[in-house]
Amino acid sequence: MPNMIQERRIILEHLDRAGYTPDLGCYRRHGGYATFERCLALEPAATPEGQTLSGPEQIRLEVRRSGLRGRGGAGFPCGVKWSFVNLDSDRPIYLICNADESEPGTFKDRQIIHKDPHQLIEGILIAAYANRVHQAFIYIRGEFIEGARILDRALDEARGAGLLGRDILGRGYDLEICVHRGAGAYICGEETGLIESLEGRRPYPRIKPPYYPAVLGLYQCPTIVNNVETLCAVKHVAAMGGNEYAKLGVPGDPGTRIVCVSGQVRRPGYFEIEIGKATLGQLIHDLAGGLHPGRSLKAVIPGGSSAKVLRAGEKYKLKFARPDGKEIEREAALLDLPYDSASLAAAGSMCGSGAIVVLDDSASAVEALANIAEFYAHESCGQCTPCREGSLWMHKILQRILRRQGRPADVDNLERIAHNIPGGRTVCAFGEACSWPVQSFVAKFGDEFRQMTAPPP
Amino acid sequence: MNTPSSASPAAGCLRIPPALEAAVAERIARYPQPRGAALMVLHALQDHFGFLSNEAIEWAAARLGVQPMQVLELATFYPMFRQEPPGRFHFKICRTLSCALAGSLALHARLCDRLGLDPASHGPQTTADGRFTVELVECLASCHTAPVLFCNQTFCEKATPEQVDRMIEECRSAPPEADGS
Ligand SMILES: Cc1cc2nc3c(=O)[nH]c(=O)nc-3n(C[C@H](O)[C@H](O)[C@H](O)COP(=O)(O)O)c2cc1C
Ligand code: SF4
Ligand code: FES
Repeated sequence: MPNMIQERRIILEHLDRAGYTPDLGCYRRHGGYATFERCLALEPAATPEGQTLSGPEQIRLEVRRSGLRGRGGAGFPCGVKWSFVNLDSDRPIYLICNADESEPGTFKDRQIIHKDPHQLIEGILIAAYANRVHQAFIYIRGEFIEGARILDRALDEARGAGLLGRDILGRGYDLEICVHRGAGAYICGEETGLIESLEGRRPYPRIKPPYYPAVLGLYQCPTIVNNVETLCAVKHVAAMGGNEYAKLGVPGDPGTRIVCVSGQVRRPGYFEIEIGKATLGQLIHDLAGGLHPGRSLKAVIPGGSSAKVLRAGEKYKLKFARPDGKEIEREAALLDLPYDSASLAAAGSMCGSGAIVVLDDSASAVEALANIAEFYAHESCGQCTPCREGSLWMHKILQRILRRQGRPADVDNLERIAHNIPGGRTVCAFGEACSWPVQSFVAKFGDEFRQMTAPPP
Repeated sequence: MNTPSSASPAAGCLRIPPALEAAVAERIARYPQPRGAALMVLHALQDHFGFLSNEAIEWAAARLGVQPMQVLELATFYPMFRQEPPGRFHFKICRTLSCALAGSLALHARLCDRLGLDPASHGPQTTADGRFTVELVECLASCHTAPVLFCNQTFCEKATPEQVDRMIEECRSAPPEADGS
């Protein structure tokens, strides 16, 4: 078929190849830890402006130049986040790798952990060295029992090879990495809830400000929290240089990202693409094998269960920069949306955690939303009244509608509740996360909801 | 703080083998403050005893340098922790969207049906003979191989009804002393 989109595997380059194993020897044979060794050996270098940059400063500069955005869901630029850390503070600086991977539809971090754990460890080593960190944690969700074992084994191998612990590779740098298991609570993925959990408390998120982790994180110390995939990308930024990395993807959203496609497609899977260089249609049809025979597309949830749903047939206005710099507007259909933050934002949704869930015409919008609402009702930490009560009400109303006991006012009630949870009324972004699906499903599939709540004739 | 288990009166009837004692101490030493190791210690205790008894919670509290209440509030918050022994074979079926679209709720209903449990109940249910526990859990991060489930620590992908039937049969015919994991 002409113009079939191809993956652009950088992070996933080796990991599904025959014979590639998760042990240190295999990783090393594929060039593993060479980037970290080079980072550790960086000599102070002068900039054109006459400044002298230490090795760690050079790494941080490359990450800033790369424009790499976090892959955990919020998409915050990694280099900017790192710049909030006060490196001159006399307190320890911590690094936490967020391996909680609990956003429904997301399954990329697990693949990296299972099949290429040393790549993640190398990313952590580089990020830690760049930011004067001597203690790092990998917060891994409790259900990843095998993943935690694999990481522990890989860390032991790295320690045995002098890549971890005291005086790493004889260069005077110390780092410990501790694998910490969660215990089944989604809210531990939220970075401040995660930190509370790591301190041995209930994972109640902290309010921002003042508790931005980079400023006041673990034990009130500066703390960098980055997703598994982000830390792997850091390794490649360090290997390629920030400017080279930034040539991949699109301006404002550089690099590659691993997109998880699941739901009603023929070949669900994870695909690493250059950001913005594949459309939703190419992801769904070329990479994920398209819909099941005889089915037509109904809707796409483009960035994890909290992303607003997009309905087949919708048209969006996208802005493009022409080569001469002028901006032009173009209309795009759902499947023509390039997979990048700006395009998804223009469509009123987001790339979030990079998880696409596809619904075909056999799916019920009410059932799909009820499923998502049950997730949020179960996972709210309960700290804020609007979120705790609102997520539960929405779940109960949707269950009632599914049992055909809905009332005509239920559709309006859902809208009103979903409207009253977010917008600064809650401690964390879970408030938004649980409202957006309800808002968007009810707005776009209102007819299905109303049909199911209509009084019997 | 780090006194032996006799520090708490109820902990007397709890038998902590030296290997577990050592594993807990080693875990705690990895954290800047002992309390940080709370989840790891609770996992170790639950893995050993199958659930978290009041005695285990008190023992953990003494180790972590906190009040038993501060450990209890973790045991009750995190879905993976249990305060009652589960069945010998513990099925956890993913109920979230991609798995539901692939038929996971029907698998759950089938299991419940075969075992005489309530298919409409999503939380953990244990058969009267204490052999099986069945519950629905949230997205297990393997949505591309939906539907997925755990039977004890065995992860089963693209699960089919026939496979679920076979698993029940295998569990039923497992010799009594095996732990089934
Ligand atoms: C409710 C909620 C759940 C989250 N779950 C995860 C998660 O499972 N994994 C993750 O990496 N980030 C998750 N995040 C985002 C984190 O708070 C944080 O932004 C991220 O780990 C930062 O890393 P990054 O900048 O590398 O993306 C979640 C956020 C919210 C509000
Ligand atoms: S918004 Fe919800 S999940 Fe977040 S802190 Fe409040 S109650 Fe907890
Ligand atoms: S929905 Fe079941 S593993 Fe994600």
